[in-house]
Amino acid sequence: MRKSLITVAIGAMALAATEASAPAAEKLKIGLIYVGPVGDFGWSYQHDVGRKGLEAALGDKIETTYLENVNEGPDAERSVEQLARAGNKLIFATSFGFMDSTVKVAKKYPNVMFEHATGFKRAANLSTYSGRFYEGRYIQGVIAAKMSKKGVLGYIGSFPIPEVISGINATMLGAQSVNPNIKVKIIWVNTWFDPGKEADAAKALADQGADVLMQHTDSAAAMQIAAQRGILAFGQDSDMIKFGPNSQLTSIVDNWAPYYVQRAKDMLDGTWKSADVWGGLKSRLVTMAPYTNMPADVKALAERTEAAIIDGLLHPFKCPVVDQDGKTVECKGGTYLDDGQILSMNFYVKGVDDKVPGK
Amino acid sequence: MGMLEAITLSVIAASTPLLLAAAGELVVERSGVLNLGVEGMMIMGAACGFAAAFFTGSTLIGALAGTCAGAALALVFALLTLGLAVNQVATGLALTILGVGLSGLIGAGFVGQRIAPAPHLFLPVLIDLPGVGRILFGQDAFVYGSVLLVAGIRRFLFRTRAGLALRAIGDNPASAHALGYPVLRVRLLAVLFGGACAGLGGAYLSLAYTPFFVPGMTAGRGWIALALVVFASWRPLRLVGGAYLFGAVSILQLHAQGLGLGIPSQLMSSLPYLATVLVLVLISRTRGTAGSAAPASLGTAFVPDR
Repeated sequence: MRKSLITVAIGAMALAATEASAPAAEKLKIGLIYVGPVGDFGWSYQHDVGRKGLEAALGDKIETTYLENVNEGPDAERSVEQLARAGNKLIFATSFGFMDSTVKVAKKYPNVMFEHATGFKRAANLSTYSGRFYEGRYIQGVIAAKMSKKGVLGYIGSFPIPEVISGINATMLGAQSVNPNIKVKIIWVNTWFDPGKEADAAKALADQGADVLMQHTDSAAAMQIAAQRGILAFGQDSDMIKFGPNSQLTSIVDNWAPYYVQRAKDMLDGTWKSADVWGGLKSRLVTMAPYTNMPADVKALAERTEAAIIDGLLHPFKCPVVDQDGKTVECKGGTYLDDGQILSMNFYVKGVDDKVPGK
Repeated sequence: MGMLEAITLSVIAASTPLLLAAAGELVVERSGVLNLGVEGMMIMGAACGFAAAFFTGSTLIGALAGTCAGAALALVFALLTLGLAVNQVATGLALTILGVGLSGLIGAGFVGQRIAPAPHLFLPVLIDLPGVGRILFGQDAFVYGSVLLVAGIRRFLFRTRAGLALRAIGDNPASAHALGYPVLRVRLLAVLFGGACAGLGGAYLSLAYTPFFVPGMTAGRGWIALALVVFASWRPLRLVGGAYLFGAVSILQLHAQGLGLGIPSQLMSSLPYLATVLVLVLISRTRGTAGSAAPASLGTAFVPDR
């Protein structure tokens, strides 16, 4: 009796499951993987804002899942595969360190389409996408050089990968356009997300005389230290003005939703193709938070710089680019460095008085 | 403010959460219980402490809430490992996972919010003493609390009868039980105390160190606290040394980078851990009273025979 009851129960459950999943199967399942917590208020947070935008735009046609706090490295492969197995047909892997894992899983699941943020390895079912954050960094460099009284900028780096190094270089080129003698102090924290360590690095930079802080890590800790010390800083990934109302000059704000919506639409229409999309200020994938805590002339200069980049009149890596050893870098893009050179950048430009770690 | 003073201030800030959490765990382990859930209890303290401070505007209430949250999670651990004699290692690991998940849930509504940082002591005249003024007379209550805590623990463990009983229970619970000591009750109190300290250490992170809450903000500090207890060979004074050494190395490597000394940052980041390994090797080679004071029955469950 008991056994048959269980059988009936299992049967009913199975029935319920098929009934529930039948209409759901028509929905496009989309999975995202974040390197940090969705609540980091930085990089992963902005990707989740993009995911929410996706749900808002396509509503009942799609279903999204995300995995947060996924470690870069071997752990990532398991997570990407988990999403593929769960029936997701479009998977966004949103950190550079997920690259090789995503490439591997993409080979195993040819019918699932993958999108890897900030990477450079592609396949028939693996696209790459990223933002031209260096455009925003160039503007920040211009502002920083105008606003720094001591002429010393403090830069908190995560890992010495091309994305971060090109950011440092763009900042310096922007700053040098205002003050050729500008100095930068760089501290690598070797993590994307550790608020305590980011705060420690910010304190160290402030103690060593930097009066404008910028970061390529994911939390608002550095902004808070700048506010405590009464110095200036740039937010990162999201608008962090709340954490430094009198300190934030502007912030690069990542705006992923339009791209995610476009790619999901392509999937629904069956027109998805492997591509390499690199959107900048012009396509509004990269946007700038309001210019605050600066005099009107600096604000005007920042706005002019932004407009010039959008109109294509100004390229942050305009040739000639000279590296820190004084060597002119080969100019593969005609009048500026081409995308490949920016995506694989592993040298500092002239004026950076430091060495690329591990080089 | 001189550079040395500035660096010292940063070192103290970086060391305090480690010291708070590790001091509690030291007492737990001295009673013979190994609670690997420090990271989970810390992050719960950070989440609940921030939530309470956000609603009340009071750092004190935030710190109390963090302490209670850590103790509450420790109670779960105690019920399982002391009440049901479940494996301590597995339960501790599960406790970390539970704490990290639960704190994310509790803290989800507080992401992107900010509170005023914990107030610092301000003694006019004294705070202006060159070199040491800010270090001795300008800290927040957590810093002074952590020093008092360790002093209190040291006194308790080595100068009181109850402390002697606790150490005896950690070394040989069966004998202590035969002598009439309430082994499980003492261990329960020790575990709760450890949880409270871890919660306080977590609350320090979200109330004073970086006054906001984000999930995962402890970033492994609970594990470092655990390592520090071993590093200190279960002695309170060495724990202070260890926590400050760890803090000092991690801050100095940042300064060395800022000065552009040209040492690879990856190597610098690993220095605190290398220093830990080195000291562990030295301690394990030392015999006698200076060597390790590991509780003899650390991590083994005790079930009273009646």
